[in-house]
Amino acid sequence: MVSNQELSRIASQVRRDIVRMVHAVNSGHPGGSLGCTDFLVSLYFRQMTINPTSWNMNGQGEDLFFLSNGHISPVFYSVLARSGYFDVAELATFRKINTRLQGHPTTHDSLPGVRIASGSLGQGMSVAAGAAQSKKLNNDPKLVFTLHGDGELQEGQIWEAAMYCAHHKIDNIISTVDVNGQQIDGPTEAVMSLGNLRAKFEAFGWKVLETNGHDLEQLNATIDEAKSLTGNGYPIMILMTTSMGKGVDFMEGTHKWHGVAPNDEQLANALGQLEETLGDY
Amino acid sequence: MLEFDLSPANDTRSGFGAGLHELGQKNPKVVALCADLIGSLKMDAFKKDFPERFFQVGIAEANMMGVAAGMTIGGYIPFTGTFANFSTGRVYDQIRQSIAYSDKNVKICASHAGLTLGEDGATHQILEDIGMMSMLPGMTVINPCDYNQTKAATLAIADHHGPVYLRFGRPKVTNFTAVDQNFEIGKAWHIHEGNDVTIIATGHLVWEAVEAARELEAEGISVDLINIHTIKPLDEEAIVRSAMKTGKVITCEEHMINGGLGGLVAQVLAKRAPSLMEFIGVNDSFGESGTPDQLMEKYGLKSKNIIAAAKRLMEN
Repeated sequence: MVSNQELSRIASQVRRDIVRMVHAVNSGHPGGSLGCTDFLVSLYFRQMTINPTSWNMNGQGEDLFFLSNGHISPVFYSVLARSGYFDVAELATFRKINTRLQGHPTTHDSLPGVRIASGSLGQGMSVAAGAAQSKKLNNDPKLVFTLHGDGELQEGQIWEAAMYCAHHKIDNIISTVDVNGQQIDGPTEAVMSLGNLRAKFEAFGWKVLETNGHDLEQLNATIDEAKSLTGNGYPIMILMTTSMGKGVDFMEGTHKWHGVAPNDEQLANALGQLEETLGDY
Repeated sequence: MLEFDLSPANDTRSGFGAGLHELGQKNPKVVALCADLIGSLKMDAFKKDFPERFFQVGIAEANMMGVAAGMTIGGYIPFTGTFANFSTGRVYDQIRQSIAYSDKNVKICASHAGLTLGEDGATHQILEDIGMMSMLPGMTVINPCDYNQTKAATLAIADHHGPVYLRFGRPKVTNFTAVDQNFEIGKAWHIHEGNDVTIIATGHLVWEAVEAARELEAEGISVDLINIHTIKPLDEEAIVRSAMKTGKVITCEEHMINGGLGGLVAQVLAKRAPSLMEFIGVNDSFGESGTPDQLMEKYGLKSKNIIAAAKRLMEN
């Protein structure tokens, strides 16, 4: 098993990738990407059974991941590349003309590791529910993971999907919400308050776990617990508290870096805070 | 001439239901989803015989499109069922991102399209669905004309890899195409050869066009009659060949002219075979309550309207 120390080293490199990618094209979403780095690194480097080198869409016998909040594509692409789905050098093409690494993830250009387009919010849980039912029909015991933004929960389709998962007893799905309390126009509390998310998902028939999204020990223990609870007739939700912009002090805890790239000076400052552990692309 | 072996009149949605049930037996990868309209979509037989492959989603069409997209991952071929309005306009963005842009092998099966839904009125009578679906890259759009053709189309789309919009309707209509016909996606059916005027029809308007052609022929006007069941990809060659011959073309559809068959055919002909044209369809208007027949009459979608259009063209 990959140790927490190793996960931490990978996360540092992924964070470097994120800020370098968005800086290079002066666009993209660093805040949420940095906030979800520890989670995605944990999923791809410890928690999920994956087969990056013989990628296929159906993913039989593999765990599947669906990114519903597609704007945090920088972290998704970095983690996919660093775990072997494609060459890390391709990260340099992010958001550039003719790239497979579109602003928001797409299957259109057959980028290994991406199973659905996302960007228009609220759709990923429905897709994951279908993929989870497909696994059941195929007698495939592997799991389906999703990630959503907390602001994304303002989309009605999320709650249609939440109702569907519980009604159909889809118990091979583990969804995670990145609770960073921020969205483009400000704090979620000010923009459109989400209320008691635990109570909401419990009322919809989900088993709800909560975790810190940066404490690798606690985060992985929670994912372990979620996995141990699968197969019991209910879907599982992890409410994961994170800090937007985590790892770069001047980006942390604010919505201001939701969709803004650092300039040259800010990039240098950010990279100074993030150790290059695996070699920059 | 223009004679057919008629099967009993039936609704196109029942053709879909029969085709889906047959697919259930033939293809273990076919699954079906329905948004609280099992009876209306004639999905009862599939649900009864293949319960493990049938998924009720409730009144939540956006979720249904996403779930269907997800079920393709793992190799299944989902057929979604609800009214045409809720199959398209209500869920356009879900279809656009999760199905079309994501290249998912989902079959969107839509009943109660157009005015012939009848008394429920304009909220349910979508007349823009062909336009919306045709604009999506990679989407195949099919609007069959009777029970037999709808059943054949349902069977055919299961073997076609890629997203499909299959549009059918509510009322019982004349069932005149061949039983157990081979349905070729994208291939027009040349119903009748003629030289004076071309009539191109889709969906419920095909039978109206047949009746119009009979009368026009009796009056000495020779009709080249074409059934376009696949609106995308459009059989441009069949359309251009006929227009080159007649130079006069009428399109007929139970849909908005703008963005529908009429607009798409005009686009092809403007480039390849400029022709005099008439358009039978709904012209920038919502529908309303009434019986199907009253509505088709009021909105000018009957054979007599096609005949009048042909005569206008012949006077030019």
